[in-house]
Amino acid sequence: MNVRFPHKLQLFALATALALGLGTAHATDVTGAGSSFVYPVISKWSAAYAEKTGNHINYQSIGSGGGIAQIKAGTVDFGASDKPLDQATLAKFGLGQFPDVIGGIVPVLNVNGIPAGKLVLDGKTLAGIFLGKITRWNDPGIAALNPGMKLPDQKITVVHRSDGSGTTYNFTHYLSQVSPAWKSRAGVGTAVNWPAGIGGKGNEGVSAYVKQIRNSIGYVEYAYALQNHIGYAMMKNAAGNVVSPNTASFQAAAATADWKHARNFELLITNAPGTRAWPITATSWVIMYKQPRNLEHTRVVMDFFKWAYNHGQADARSLDYVPLPDSLVKQIEQYWQTQYKM
Amino acid sequence: MSSAIYTRRRITNAVAMVLSSIATVIGLVFLAWILWVTVSNGISALNLKLFTRITAYGADGGLSNAIVGSLGMDLLALLICAPIGVLAGTYLAEYAATSRLGATIRFLNDILLSAPSIVLGLFVYVIVVVPMSNVTHGAVSFSGVAGAIALALIGLPVIVRTTDEMLQLVPGSLREAALSLGIPQWKLTVQVLMRAATSGILTGVLLALARLAGETAPLLFTAFGNNFMTYSPLSKTASVPVAIYQYTNDPNPALHAIAWAGALLITLFVLALSLLTRLFFSRKKVSHD
Amino acid sequence: MHAARTETPARDFETRARTDARHDRIFHGALKSCALLVLAALLGAALSMLWGGREVLFQHGFHFLTSSSWNPVTDDYGALAPVFGTLVTSLIALVLAVPLSFGIALFLTEIAPVWMRGPVGTAIELLAGIPSIIYGMWGLFIFVPFMARIEPALSSTLGQIPLIGKLFEGPPLGLGILTAGIVLAVMILPFISSVMREVFQTVPKRLKESAYALGSTTREVVWDIVLPYTRSAVIGGIFLGLGRALGETMAVTFVLGNSDNITSSLLMPGTSISSSIANEFNEAVGTHRSALIALGFLLFVVTFIVLLIARLMLRQLARREGN
Repeated sequence: MNVRFPHKLQLFALATALALGLGTAHATDVTGAGSSFVYPVISKWSAAYAEKTGNHINYQSIGSGGGIAQIKAGTVDFGASDKPLDQATLAKFGLGQFPDVIGGIVPVLNVNGIPAGKLVLDGKTLAGIFLGKITRWNDPGIAALNPGMKLPDQKITVVHRSDGSGTTYNFTHYLSQVSPAWKSRAGVGTAVNWPAGIGGKGNEGVSAYVKQIRNSIGYVEYAYALQNHIGYAMMKNAAGNVVSPNTASFQAAAATADWKHARNFELLITNAPGTRAWPITATSWVIMYKQPRNLEHTRVVMDFFKWAYNHGQADARSLDYVPLPDSLVKQIEQYWQTQYKM
Repeated sequence: MSSAIYTRRRITNAVAMVLSSIATVIGLVFLAWILWVTVSNGISALNLKLFTRITAYGADGGLSNAIVGSLGMDLLALLICAPIGVLAGTYLAEYAATSRLGATIRFLNDILLSAPSIVLGLFVYVIVVVPMSNVTHGAVSFSGVAGAIALALIGLPVIVRTTDEMLQLVPGSLREAALSLGIPQWKLTVQVLMRAATSGILTGVLLALARLAGETAPLLFTAFGNNFMTYSPLSKTASVPVAIYQYTNDPNPALHAIAWAGALLITLFVLALSLLTRLFFSRKKVSHD
Repeated sequence: MHAARTETPARDFETRARTDARHDRIFHGALKSCALLVLAALLGAALSMLWGGREVLFQHGFHFLTSSSWNPVTDDYGALAPVFGTLVTSLIALVLAVPLSFGIALFLTEIAPVWMRGPVGTAIELLAGIPSIIYGMWGLFIFVPFMARIEPALSSTLGQIPLIGKLFEGPPLGLGILTAGIVLAVMILPFISSVMREVFQTVPKRLKESAYALGSTTREVVWDIVLPYTRSAVIGGIFLGLGRALGETMAVTFVLGNSDNITSSLLMPGTSISSSIANEFNEAVGTHRSALIALGFLLFVVTFIVLLIARLMLRQLARREGN
């Protein structure tokens, strides 16, 4: 009798320990959630980082809004968002934020007679199309930007995102900067009241609709345009130059953005001033508590991103993202030292 | 005159028979169509790697952690909702067939059937995930258990509904015969009525499983997801539907193939279970003719 | 550990009756608490929706119910378009799925050779096992282009009929309310037909055989014997399907087109309550989130009303038949 009881207790303790996952070998389990835009690259980094350090960075793409909500609720160790938090919110919750990666958004189209990658648009025209003001492909506004191109006399079908997304946020932010009409009619948001068109769920939905519907135009993240082989448009940027979307022009936008004066990195780099800058370039941010519940976890998150800034560049490029410029990485490391008393 | 009526009846009958056969063919065509699309898209990823490797970004990844998570949560969900659902359905059929409480529960159960799954996930997030996180200071927040509870809420009304209907269809003579032998009510219910309705109740449980096995939305905010293997019901848990959901909206075609293969797995899983249970119970099924 | 039974038969009988009564009470209590749990689950979910949506429901309640605008930027929300989309797509799904399911159940219980019934029945049930996101992907990549090819034919035939024609106007986009309704119909088919088949099998054979012996055709047996015998359960199966159609999310989201407009044409894009929630929930904060949760609550209310109407119609039917 005396022997049996402790034995049972031991078994129970062992079972509990197993159930709680205490028996496993790896070092630290850290959880992040948010933006689907950065999901591919963080997944790739996380696998490589786990191999190197044994620490598990479990990142789930539940949307930027979801990421912000979860970090506020303290159910995850870090959030990731394509839309920066404003100063008041950061201060109120004691949160800090810093960029993790940069990427581009491109207008994609499917029009008979317009070769892929040849059409030139500018901000005003793009806004006019998405406002439903420019309704035909041979509109004089489009023709003026494309002298010598034979434009079909066809009705434009606009395709936008139906789900709330950081991509839409950055896209509408760009349109609002270049078109007062867009700003007053639709505005900036992860979801807006679209003046025209049909909505596809996710980048995938928009890509599929643009491919299926003749004479349509939409916008997707750069990687989707490449993978789905959809024709994209070139853009006239803020400096007045026509640029193609590619990592070089995204990089140019990132480099010319004025990060130095952006408190808590609250800066959108759409319509960047650089001569070769792609105008619809987007950043994603990591959001963490400055005084976290679990110091150890926050330390691992920082170590992870430090590792990623230095060793994850090839992975980022292979997935069509742009790694952060060195000057920005230095600024982030300074930010950690001053803002996070670890 | 009577032969004219007879001919007309036979023609109506033939037309009805043909129409119902066509209906079946339509149903099967859609099944074949969707399965074909699933197989042809997922065949390239349907290999051993799917079962041996954990989820990773790119063609190297598998679904092993998601499969383990899904099996665990589906099983746990069924363990929660099947007994509760069958007992609740039994209560409705046997004790509350005509009472006002019975009518209310039946009505609310039908509403629960159509609650969007994301709403139920949110509910579980509020009553399970957030309190757990507060009690454990963030050590346990999202968990496989929370995911299973959310899935159970999806399956529950299906089981309640079918159990209730199937028991009500058991002929009253069976009840009277048993009661006249002096059998207590609970024995009558468990050993006579439920046995007579086994096949129907089972249909309900299988429909519930089929429905909850493919659910994504309620898992996002409860089980969350995990890029690594875990066997603990208290840790964040990966699942096949969430992996499918994430992979389908990704530019990488290799991940699309894995998503389709995952969908095929779920379908085959439901098929296998439904065949197994049918095989098992058709032997034991009592004939009441 | 083997206790000998020493009681007299009479006392044995008495204790047995008493234990039986106690067991019955326990059994009854267990069943009842499970049933109450179902009640609690729904009330809990509904109340948490009401709480989450309180900002929009209580401050802009009337506007929310009557407005068809949906503008996250200015935080101006109205539920009319999603409610309309939910009702119309579910109605189309029911109109298509109920006769199909009935046909399938009839085929599986009365017409098909016995060896065929099991496999075909399982196959139809499999439709329920396909994850709803796969219906969505199949719909997006395969069925929408298919419908885009069919829709010009619909517009040029059905679209020419006065009155009904309005329903089939518009450019052949492939996606839209009709497409969503059809996909929903396929999804709820197994739910309705499985229940119908199961209940058709419970009709006592002697009832059917007596009718056959009197010279009835199969159609007459089903129409006059099977259906009346199983009507309440058949309606239950239809509710099961309707419930799924009203709340179905992922599949609809991919094929509905997600436009916040109310149109008269079934070929045009629309939106639904659950797809609005699924589309926007992840990124929504503040009033926007509150509006979406309020939509979730509204779906409870819509379902409540739809079921209430169905129930009243049933009661009316029963009264007319004098039951």
